[in-house]
Amino acid sequence: MKHLLSTRDLDRATAVSILDIAEDMARTADREVRKLPTLRGKTVVNLFFEDSTRTRLSFESAAKRLSADVITFSAKGSSVSKGESLKDTAQTLQAMGADAIVVRHHGSGAAHLLAHAGWIDAHVLNAGDGTHEHPTQALLDAFTMRQRRYGADSRERDLAGMRVVIVGDVVHSRVARSNVWLLSTLGAEVHLVAPRTLLPSGVETWPVTVHEHLEPALALGPDVVMMLRIQQERMHAAFFPSGREYAREWGLTAERFALLGPDTMVMHPGPMNRGLEISSAAADSSASTVLAQVTNGVFIRMAVLYLLVAGSSEERA
Amino acid sequence: MTARIVLHDADITRALRRIAHEVLESRRGDGRLVFLGIPTRGTVLAERIQRIVDEIEPGTSSVGSLDITLYRDDLARTPTRAPAPTRIPDEGIDDAIVVLVDDVLYSGRTVRAALDALADHGRPRAVRLAVLVDRGHRELPIRADFVGKNLPSSMSERVSVRLADVDGVEEVTIEP
Repeated sequence: MKHLLSTRDLDRATAVSILDIAEDMARTADREVRKLPTLRGKTVVNLFFEDSTRTRLSFESAAKRLSADVITFSAKGSSVSKGESLKDTAQTLQAMGADAIVVRHHGSGAAHLLAHAGWIDAHVLNAGDGTHEHPTQALLDAFTMRQRRYGADSRERDLAGMRVVIVGDVVHSRVARSNVWLLSTLGAEVHLVAPRTLLPSGVETWPVTVHEHLEPALALGPDVVMMLRIQQERMHAAFFPSGREYAREWGLTAERFALLGPDTMVMHPGPMNRGLEISSAAADSSASTVLAQVTNGVFIRMAVLYLLVAGSSEERA
Repeated sequence: MTARIVLHDADITRALRRIAHEVLESRRGDGRLVFLGIPTRGTVLAERIQRIVDEIEPGTSSVGSLDITLYRDDLARTPTRAPAPTRIPDEGIDDAIVVLVDDVLYSGRTVRAALDALADHGRPRAVRLAVLVDRGHRELPIRADFVGKNLPSSMSERVSVRLADVDGVEEVTIEP
């Protein structure tokens, strides 16, 4: 694997092996020395054209735990036009000898462009491109589901038989896209719930079942309910009448949460809009995996960095 | 030419039994013993040796495994491989006598990586090395404390350890 751009590129065996390596990485967290020497002498650049706290910190801490040198570059506010600025920046980083570039960009496909335009030799990790994909988020979600379901017995397992309901702003959500591909590759049954205005065109070709209302989906007895963040910053038109109405129709209110089964997980990629897509009753309950997701994010990113950066880039004869 | 068997299953059993006795003899005082096998076959051997030790002196030892993949010095030259699980006994390794166990001792680079990995788990009182086969050709100043069989070999020869738990047969072979 040279780059991680999309969860569509992952087959079941690769996805499971990433999750298994993340298990090993998780195991190092409670040792006396948490640091591993694995990427000593390698340089990982965090290239962020868009605001992000937790993803940037997560990648940074993952790279540092593996002893890589980390350079963080926040390019937000650059006045240069998009394509040129990406190219110029990429060539600068190439000249500085970056081994891997973790990129977040507001343009869908930016990571793909960076990987395949021929500007650089470095490995590219997509940390979110526009409304397209966010593969490490989906991997950490899958890891969290597997961990909660199987505990110490997680290794080598996929998510066969798990029913996952993803609710909310699907059209703007790269988290939802990455999850749909990955979770179905891992054998889970995926349901999407969203108002029609927040469903992307072409959703009927996805390997999912679409519901317009939340109740019928929750009545299926899902193993996981994943609430997506309402991305106000990407909403330049009226997608629903008001926040209050959205919360009433599609939010995980305290009442709806109370009806969920005892083993149902409540997931959210963060940051949460409390009272909008998720109630505090759900977010702060023991069913919520929000903090576990943050912790697991570091392990998943360690696993991906290890797989991409540690080995020789040339295929061996 | 075909592979020549240098150790049969009975020889392997006898070698492990001898190593177990030697480990116990060499343990001065009342140090706690922790056998840590290097995956895959080292782990199996560590479990077998510890079982013998536990029969002779019950409750004085424990066993685990120590994966060294993330500590290898040839990571950048070889295709990436998935690590195997590391299991350290609950009591930890601080102040214990750790016996590293591997199937074949060759360049010594695996043991070097294991020593680095071990230091990240704690500070043992002493670290010993037990191997089923020592085939020579060291590239680092490392030697084994307990050896099942010294097997002079040329670098072009291939030494294979097969264990019933992993491979279905139990033998050590050498082939040109």
